Amino acid sequence: MEVKEIIRQENMVYQRSSLLTSKPFSYCPGCGHGTSNRLVAEVIEELGIQNDTIGVAPVGCSVLIYDFIDIDFSQAPHGRAPAVATGIKRVLPEKVVFTYQGDGDLAAIGTSETIHACNRGENITIIFVNNGIYGMTGGQMAPTTLPGMKTSTSPYGREVATMGTPLKITEMIAHLDGVNFVSRQAVHTPAAVRKAKKAIRAAFECQINKKGLGFVEIVSNCNSGWKMTPVKANQWMEENMFPFYPLGDIKVDGKLVKTL
Amino acid sequence: MKEFLLMKGNEAIAEAAIRAGADAYFGYPITPQSEIMEYLMTEKATERTGMVVLQAESELAAINMVYGAAGTGKKVLTSSSSPGISLMQEGISYIAGAELPCVIINVVRAGPGLGTIQPSQADYFQSVKGGGHGDYRLIVLAPSSVQEMADFVPLAFDLAFKYRNPALILSDGVIGQMMEKVELFKPIPRTEQFDQSWVITGKTPDRKANVITSLDLEPLPMEKHNHHLQAKYKKMEDEEVRFEEIMCDDADYIMVAYGSSARICSKALQLARAKGVKVGLLRPITLFPFPKVRIAELAQRVKGMLSVELSAGQMVEDIRLAVNGKIPVEHYGRFGGMVHSPSEVLEAFEKIFIKN
Amino acid sequence: MAKARGAIEVDIEKCKGCELCIGSCPFHVISLEQHVNSKGYHYAYMGNPEACTGCTNCAVVCPDGVITVFRAKSEV
Ligand SMILES: Cc1ncc(C[n+]2csc(CCOP(=O)(O)OP(=O)(O)O)c2C)c(N)n1
Ligand code: SF4
Ligand code: SF4
Ligand code: SF4
Ligand SMILES: [Mg+2]
Repeated sequence: MEVKEIIRQENMVYQRSSLLTSKPFSYCPGCGHGTSNRLVAEVIEELGIQNDTIGVAPVGCSVLIYDFIDIDFSQAPHGRAPAVATGIKRVLPEKVVFTYQGDGDLAAIGTSETIHACNRGENITIIFVNNGIYGMTGGQMAPTTLPGMKTSTSPYGREVATMGTPLKITEMIAHLDGVNFVSRQAVHTPAAVRKAKKAIRAAFECQINKKGLGFVEIVSNCNSGWKMTPVKANQWMEENMFPFYPLGDIKVDGKLVKTL
Repeated sequence: MKEFLLMKGNEAIAEAAIRAGADAYFGYPITPQSEIMEYLMTEKATERTGMVVLQAESELAAINMVYGAAGTGKKVLTSSSSPGISLMQEGISYIAGAELPCVIINVVRAGPGLGTIQPSQADYFQSVKGGGHGDYRLIVLAPSSVQEMADFVPLAFDLAFKYRNPALILSDGVIGQMMEKVELFKPIPRTEQFDQSWVITGKTPDRKANVITSLDLEPLPMEKHNHHLQAKYKKMEDEEVRFEEIMCDDADYIMVAYGSSARICSKALQLARAKGVKVGLLRPITLFPFPKVRIAELAQRVKGMLSVELSAGQMVEDIRLAVNGKIPVEHYGRFGGMVHSPSEVLEAFEKIFIKN
Repeated sequence: MAKARGAIEVDIEKCKGCELCIGSCPFHVISLEQHVNSKGYHYAYMGNPEACTGCTNCAVVCPDGVITVFRAKSEV
């Protein structure tokens, strides 16, 4: 069978979500933000909620997510996405509202907004892309940076004595009663992507079914900030990030499913 | 039938917000304005109109909730006092940049820093000069009575939606805490009465996706956006200036004062007139746009102007700009939480303009 | 039983040559082209097209969503 005969519309088994615009992603080659943006678009499309969904874009590498997913968006000041989402959701309770945030955005400058939106049990969805670094500003240390990890503001490695230990904000959030679903996933292999998509879907369904806040952390790479090739970065992530940020569901249907 | 009530300024604002058909209020407690949210909760604003009332975890969160909700085209407001407004400046800059309508109330207290809970007008600069980062302006209304506290809420919403710009009601602890008789306007239903083409309510197939943002990575479009904003502010300066004049027609001298200081000055003016000194009072109602054209006109025929503010002198700078050196313009005012009396104002006026 | 036959199509101009698809393909179908696209990236192509089963792994991991996958129903 010739390749030409296989490449036919009726044989198509996977194509990019129609909710993605034709604009190329602004992310570096191999960046997990691209995969995560794709998954959000796929889930929204598959749930058929694109006419009712409003996204909140952060400050960080994904600030232009509104150029890539063809739905209504509000850009938010650095860290304030959960407050912006709260404002939208409170006046439009029947719409689906989600934030998409990096680790600097969500776990440093926006810790307060994140914790309080979660604690109020805002019926929103939070997608949290944790690459352990400030990608957009050129690879500075984040609260999530691993001990000993070199960044441009911890050039000799994160020294715990003076810079503290990485913040496991997802575990903190899982303890809050207002939060219904918490999961930590990754997008570096086909299997991981499929699981991550399921979790993102569950977090959106949680909102649609008015069960409370759904929160998905995606442990991701930052090839540029980590100064590695995409393949090497993913390997490094498996070896170093996953032991500290273990993958899997943490809270399902309001119940902790993992001992923390 | 007219409805009169005896109310505190802060309560009047809160009642007016409900009656103006506000869709949401987000705030954080701070003296001397906590009665606003307390009133909304006590009077069950949500039950009365369906309005959302939410106590945020900080002013940062509150203003960003305002930003989010305002993007949906709803009538949204917040209130705070000086330190809280300082914290909100980031969000206000974003709201101005993204061109969203909303109403912000500042019941000013004295600073700098934590200052004191006593009244002040020292937030003039952070109100009329932008306040946060970037070239932007707020529409600033300065009520000087409890009646105006109520009336300026629907006015602020109208202006905010007309220009897609935040409108600030700049009050202070005197007006916020004072009790007066108010005639309340009839409730306006919560309806979406403005252009909704830009709002984020979910992209339907009949339109392009709407995006609320103040970002453009390219400087050239950003410059263009800034030109557009400046044109809008110019239009406000051409069309929205509001002020009140008391006995300016035959005046030799003009006092310029807004808000609570204008009330004090109107007494000082009576004392002056009783002595035969021809003083007039110009009370700016909009601090931005500032009545600079009128001030320049008056400067053609009066001998001097006194800016009377509960601050070390902020508005006086704008008066001087308008007067452009034609006549002497001086400042008088108690500050740091102290409030001048009419006789103190008159004494200062006489010392500056008459005795020399 | 006949093995499913698949093929992929890469949006060459949007491919960034990250190679993540290469490692994710169980049948070593994908290679990077020596040529570069207009952005200067080497782009992915089916170096070994006969081996493709249309499993979609490559498309699922592609961060830029530039791979479309086709699978022929059956082959005798
Ligand atoms: C108030 C404010 N402070 C700082 C910045 C600069 N800044 C932009 S992005 C960023 C960090 C983003 O890191 P993260 O949230 O982890 O996103 P990533 O780029 O890694 O995806 C910072 C500090 C800003 N835009 N606004
Ligand atoms: S800097 Fe890092 S996080 Fe940002 S796009 Fe590049 S790889 Fe991704
Ligand atoms: S994963 Fe996508 S972007 Fe990366 S090399 Fe393969 S096709 Fe190109
Ligand atoms: S569809 Fe499967 S077999 Fe074919 S190239 Fe992609 S990963 Fe390899
Ligand atoms: Mg990051």
